[in-house]
Amino acid sequence: MSRIEKRFAALKDKNQAAFVSFTMAGDPNYDTSLDLMKALPKAGVDIIELGMPFTDPMADGPAIQLAGQRAIKGGQTLKKTLDMVTAFRKTDDETPIVLMGYYNPIFIHGVEDFIANAKAAGVDGLIVVDLPPEEDDELCVPARAAGLDFIRLATPTTDEKRLPKVLENTSGFVYYVSITGITGAATPDENAVGKAVAAIKEKTELPVAVGFGVSTPEQAAEIAKVADGVVVGSAIVRSMADALTVAGPPKKSFQKDVISAVKKLANATKRARK
Amino acid sequence: MTAHAPNSFRTGPDEKGRFGTFGGRFVAETLMPLILELETAYNEAKQERSFKAEMENLWRNYVGRPSPLYFAPRLTEHLGGAKIYLKRDELNHTGAHKINNVLGQILLARRMGKTRIIAETGAGQHGVATATVCAKFGLKCVVYMGATDVERQKPNVFRMKLLGAEIVPVTSGRSTLKDAMNEALRDWVTNVEDTFYCIGTVAGPHPYPAMVRDFQSVIGWEAKGQMKHAEGRLPDVLVACIGGGSNAMGLFHPFLDDADVRIIGVEAGGKGVDTEEHAASLTGGRPGVLHGNRTYLLQDEDGQIKEAHSISAGLDYPGIGPEHSWLKDMERVEYVSVTDDEALKAFTLCCEMEGIIPALEPAHALAHVAKIAPEMEKDQILLLNMCGRGDKDIFTVAEALGTEI
Ligand SMILES: Cc1ncc(COP(=O)(O)O)c(C=O)c1O
Repeated sequence: MSRIEKRFAALKDKNQAAFVSFTMAGDPNYDTSLDLMKALPKAGVDIIELGMPFTDPMADGPAIQLAGQRAIKGGQTLKKTLDMVTAFRKTDDETPIVLMGYYNPIFIHGVEDFIANAKAAGVDGLIVVDLPPEEDDELCVPARAAGLDFIRLATPTTDEKRLPKVLENTSGFVYYVSITGITGAATPDENAVGKAVAAIKEKTELPVAVGFGVSTPEQAAEIAKVADGVVVGSAIVRSMADALTVAGPPKKSFQKDVISAVKKLANATKRARK
Repeated sequence: MTAHAPNSFRTGPDEKGRFGTFGGRFVAETLMPLILELETAYNEAKQERSFKAEMENLWRNYVGRPSPLYFAPRLTEHLGGAKIYLKRDELNHTGAHKINNVLGQILLARRMGKTRIIAETGAGQHGVATATVCAKFGLKCVVYMGATDVERQKPNVFRMKLLGAEIVPVTSGRSTLKDAMNEALRDWVTNVEDTFYCIGTVAGPHPYPAMVRDFQSVIGWEAKGQMKHAEGRLPDVLVACIGGGSNAMGLFHPFLDDADVRIIGVEAGGKGVDTEEHAASLTGGRPGVLHGNRTYLLQDEDGQIKEAHSISAGLDYPGIGPEHSWLKDMERVEYVSVTDDEALKAFTLCCEMEGIIPALEPAHALAHVAKIAPEMEKDQILLLNMCGRGDKDIFTVAEALGTEI
């Protein structure tokens, strides 16, 4: 069983939804970012999504765009992101790690090398926003052959006819994008999300996590009632931006502030079904 | 990376939207159903006599096509070599080739029942063309433009406003054309129901590169006929400037299988391709994936996209249409670059010799013509795509020349 499978199975036994956090690797710098990453599991994070910064994140809203810019400015590279995973794995061999980003940095790194290095570092899965099923030969097929999960986004525009194509090569879990729009932009309609998740679950055994507009503990709790996982990105990333000094470097209270925001979201998710 | 030459250079893209390894559909899942729908709608429209007839009618009566093919006698004499002809797309309504493509896409949008049109623009020419056609058809128009470009292309910003468009200055990233395109894509992901994204060049995900090329090919087909009429034969050399590559592809495509025609694309060399400040993606970049397709890009070792630089806002883009990338690797088309300074010299030369104020974009093409024409025989023919007029650029040029207006 993969780390992702194990984690979802354990949570299912407890009748809990998984709390999935998104942070940008290297935001605002390597050391701060790694320290925060290490503190996430204890704060209640079940799966860590780690963003790979890119200059042109076409599906992201302002909060995550700025996080990527801070990371790039701080010297983050794809290699350093993989180094972060390696460092994290020295102290935690159980929390699943999913890398999320855009294709170009991977393509430039070299697909074969990237897969081998990610695997060796202890990465469990990949979400690559600009690789739809139509481009599966690029990365999805070789990554899965190497034992990495390829987690696909399903969206409100993915209709019944298209859904099987989206699910075909998906593994790990399905990531349902709860809004048409960019990360952090709108608020999802829980009713519609519930229906969409149910429709996906009719076609697959995989767990379904929901993200893209979830920003408060209340919303997280509502989503946790209808989905197997709740993904929160922009809200956490915003709490990170708030914990920076005007000049840029993190405040002394950075870690405490961010972890406290994460805990509220994680607890709401865990308590939702009680 | 020269592959075996195909039987024809005019058959691409394949069903996956690829020109060799370039092109493709690298978009978020939210957009995937939309570009598939667009592809179907375009393929249907293409077959229909009525679609073509409507477009041709508007090209003639609204845009002013066919654009003339003009023999430039004083330029020819001054350069002392090949005969120089200009394909005068700068005479089109709105002052550039951009409207050829916009008309096609907006007619398609209307067929698809879309009511809101979005576009990205750099120099503002594509934005103006889009705002114009939207005004004509009573469609809502939103134009994304980098905040830097809003500043340096003020006349076009005002024109778009007069035409009823909403201009959104983009401050994300580094506030130029690339960021405007990101922002337009973000808008499209958000407003999937009623919105049509009218892309201004032969880039973006399939089917855009092929569709925009088809609409712009009117330039090349006309030129082919006009040249045969004027000289009884095809030109020896074609030259066009390249931002994303739409005016160049429009001129080149009908000639790609005419092996005797030498074809040259001119990129913006900015302050020199050996500096950090240029926009020559083919000369100074390498293949990568951005804005929905694989193509040559200006980028660093980590795959982060670099900002382009050119005196011409319309050429200031770190990528290029995927079909050009393929034509480069196949060695069917030559790609060269010209610096800001060389373009400025050609700009004044054209004003003084032919009484034509060119846009800074085709001034790049003319600068290359000025380099090669003197070395050619007097009975050889050189055809340059004069794809835009320079009214929009007079402030930039005045500043570069140190003149106050
Ligand atoms: C007059 C003119 N020429 C050329 C371009 C560059 O675009 P393309 O390479 O797609 O023709 C522009 C873009 O704004 C333009 O306004």
